[in-house]
Amino acid sequence: MTKRYFVPLLVVTAAMFAYAPILIANAPYESTMGLVQKIFYFHVPSWFAMFTAVFICGIQSAIYLFRGRAASDRVAAAAGELAVVFGLLGLVTGPLWGRKSWGVWWQWDARLTIALLLELTFIAYLLVRKYGGPGSEKLAAAVGIFGMANVPFLYMSVNIWRTIHPPTSVVPTLPAGMPGPFWFSVAAFMLLLTILMTLRVRQEHQRAALDELYLALEE
Amino acid sequence: MLRRACLVLFSAVGSVAALAAQQPPGQGGFVPIEQLPPSEQLPSAPLLVAAYAFVWVALMVYVWSVWRRLGKVEAELRALEQKTRK
Repeated sequence: MTKRYFVPLLVVTAAMFAYAPILIANAPYESTMGLVQKIFYFHVPSWFAMFTAVFICGIQSAIYLFRGRAASDRVAAAAGELAVVFGLLGLVTGPLWGRKSWGVWWQWDARLTIALLLELTFIAYLLVRKYGGPGSEKLAAAVGIFGMANVPFLYMSVNIWRTIHPPTSVVPTLPAGMPGPFWFSVAAFMLLLTILMTLRVRQEHQRAALDELYLALEE
Repeated sequence: MLRRACLVLFSAVGSVAALAAQQPPGQGGFVPIEQLPPSEQLPSAPLLVAAYAFVWVALMVYVWSVWRRLGKVEAELRALEQKTRK
C-alpha cells in the first residue's frame, strides 16, 4: 500500500471506531440476553479479523516453505502476531458475554477449547520465531500452516458437536436493525487489520534490510 | 438386626426429608431474568463496559507498540546507512 492511501485509510478507520459505539448503542436489544448481547458487535468481528490473519499467515508460510520466498515469511510473521492480538480480543470478550448469558465464564466444550488451542498455536508460532534460533523460520512456517488447518474445525465445531456456543447460523439470521452495526464493526476491524498489517510488514522489511546491512558491514 | 436396619433407614429418610424441607423450592420452569430475585441477578453494564474497554485499551497499546518498534528500526536503519556512507 502506498503512503498516498495509508493516511486517509487511517483517518477512516479511526472515524469508524469512534462512530461504532453510537451505532451499537442504537441497535435493538436482543430479546433474551438484553444489554450484554451488544458485546457481539466487537466479539465476532475480532474473530473475523483473527481468521483473516491466520489465513494470511498460513498461506504465506506455505509459499515460504515450498518456494523459499523470504518476503512471504515476513508477511507471515506480521500476520501471526496480529492473529494473537485479535484472538486475545475474542477470548477476553467471549467470557465476559458468557458470564451473563450462560452463567459461566468458561466451558470446556468443542468451540471454546479449539479457539483456545488456535490462540496457543499462534503464541507458539511467535515463540518459535523469537527463541527458535537459526532456521526457526521453517519450523514456524509449519506451525503457521498447522494453525490455519484448525480454522475450519473451529468454525464448524458449533454445527458438528453439542456446544454451549451459538451456531454459525446466528449471523445470517440477525433480526432487523442488527446487521447494519454488525457489518459496520466488521468493516472497521478489517480496515484496522489492513493498517496494522501494513505497519508490521513494513517493520519486518526494514528489520531484514537492517540485518543485511549489518552482514555487509561485517564482511 | 432388622430393627437396627429399620432405625437407620427411617433416620436417613427423616434426615433427607428435614433437609428438603429447609431448602427453598426448586425452579419448576423458565424464569425470565427480570423476575429473578436481586441476589441472583448479574448486572450487564459492567461486563459490557469491561469488554469494550479491554478492546479499546488493547488495540491502543498494540498500535503504540507497533509504532514504537517501527520507529526504532527505521532510526537504526538511518543511523547505519549514514555510517556506511562515511
